[in-house]
Amino acid sequence: MQVTQWSEALSGWLMGLGLPGWAAIFLVYAVGSFILINYGMLSVLLLIWITRKAISRIQDRIGPNRVGKYGLLQTVADAAKLLSKEDITPYEADKIAYNLSPILAVFGVLMLLAVIPFAPGLTGVDLNVAALYVVALGSIGIMAALMAGWGSNNKYALLAGFRVVAQLLSYEIPLVLAILTVVLLTGSMRFGQIVEMQSLHVAGFNLGLGWLGIVMPGALIVFFVSSLAEAELTPFDLLEAESELIAGFHIEYSGMKFAMFFLAQFLNAWILGAVAVTLFLGGWQGPGVGLPVIGPILGLGYFMIKVYGVYVLQQWIRGTFPRIRIDQMMYFAWKVLVPLMIGLIVAQAIIQKLPTPVAIQYVLIFIANVGVMAVVAYVLQKYFREEQIRTKRSFEPTSLIGGMQVSEKGTMY
Amino acid sequence: MQLPLGIEVPIPTFEQFVFIQVALLTAVAALAVVISRNLFHSALALTLTFFGVAGVYIFLEAEFLAVSQVLVYVGAIAMLIAFAIMLTRSMMFGRTSPLNNQWGKSSLFAILFFSALLAFARATPWPAAGEEVVADEALIGQLGREFVTTYVIAFEVLGLLLLVALVGAVMLARDR
Repeated sequence: MQVTQWSEALSGWLMGLGLPGWAAIFLVYAVGSFILINYGMLSVLLLIWITRKAISRIQDRIGPNRVGKYGLLQTVADAAKLLSKEDITPYEADKIAYNLSPILAVFGVLMLLAVIPFAPGLTGVDLNVAALYVVALGSIGIMAALMAGWGSNNKYALLAGFRVVAQLLSYEIPLVLAILTVVLLTGSMRFGQIVEMQSLHVAGFNLGLGWLGIVMPGALIVFFVSSLAEAELTPFDLLEAESELIAGFHIEYSGMKFAMFFLAQFLNAWILGAVAVTLFLGGWQGPGVGLPVIGPILGLGYFMIKVYGVYVLQQWIRGTFPRIRIDQMMYFAWKVLVPLMIGLIVAQAIIQKLPTPVAIQYVLIFIANVGVMAVVAYVLQKYFREEQIRTKRSFEPTSLIGGMQVSEKGTMY
Repeated sequence: MQLPLGIEVPIPTFEQFVFIQVALLTAVAALAVVISRNLFHSALALTLTFFGVAGVYIFLEAEFLAVSQVLVYVGAIAMLIAFAIMLTRSMMFGRTSPLNNQWGKSSLFAILFFSALLAFARATPWPAAGEEVVADEALIGQLGREFVTTYVIAFEVLGLLLLVALVGAVMLARDR
């Protein structure tokens, strides 16, 4: 199916009106980025409302219900409140780093919107290195956190900044490896083409259910878990544990600058969900997207339903999971997720070189995914059983053990 | 465009206009790296320079290189530099002078290096404009194939170097 990009169609129409080529392209992209940026900013109002409502329901509360119908305008009221707050700059703060950091945080997230395919032919820009682009922009968020921590002239903010960098860098690796499996299978880093590949034609009709997440559930789960860590969501929100650390690296920020970090965080969760949908859950694919006129509209609908579904799932996890410790966080990234992904990639690379039809390869990749995950689950289960015994022993009072050999740290062997 | 004194000023095309901005950004940021009195600001300016270079790559229709540039230089190297500055406390808050007692010799070598670069740039027969560049996935695939065929030894040696660095870092950080 050949899809014309909205930008080509629109610039062609403008050039037909007599505009010079560069002006038409400039105008089209200006309009496109205006729409995307404003969509991103405004959708955060909805996202925060969804979060509050979902978590309230999980915790047996009602949630915001005073401002507007179902409390829909609560976030608008909160934004107005934040706007009217005093903008405080800490004593001897590094002005440049302190003021630039919230801007960079939002910038790094909003730029991601440019490559997300919303519907057939409706992508900001169909970059040929989109998958790599998503990874590269993650580093801007890390830089922003580091600048905020350093610029605040506060040792707690600085320490939290280091923790943010440690977490984001660690979880970037399984994230990249999970993206790599998709690139390996589709042979393309272009998001448009990755979504195209996930169609499923039955008797000439596009069912749109050939999702890669079905073929490689292991990669999907790793991507989802590491995207939770990248978006600093529970169970990986120890960076800004409000009850313990106040707010981590943005402890010194107030008013609208704080709101910008807040906005970046919610939007990042949504966009990482959108990337997960694009890579693994078929993007805009769904039954009937191949139809002439109604197809793109259906595609946009499917995409939004999937992305908001993933977002609600993230909030569900946020409302139910306890927070993990920092050593557990590092352990999980480096000793569980990275070996799992490397195993998956090696298995997939071998399978894709086998002289078998593509359908059999898909089945083999699925089996390899399930197999690697089963091995990891078995090893983890053994580890946790041993860990449980170890902690129980270390809590036993040493005096009662008496003559038994006790090592200096309280564990006995 | 004709200025009053009879000087001919070429009107830049749209691409040239954007390129001038990107090049200026890169050059000014690079200058800021050198003359900033605060080391952390130098690191931030260096990050900006890396972005500018990525912009220049985009002008050369090398999107893959541009994105790799951001990934490697901004994501890893700038971060490493920032960490190194932060963990050396005396540098963190002090206002260091951009000059030390070797500025005379180093400026001499800088000028020599610049003139050598200039000579090379003038001597190189640049490919004439208008040559079609194929920039899509096929090119990335070709790059990957070159890595594991023509340049396989360099590639493997680099991998080995990184592994050695990793093992060394683990040895240094190990609990004793």
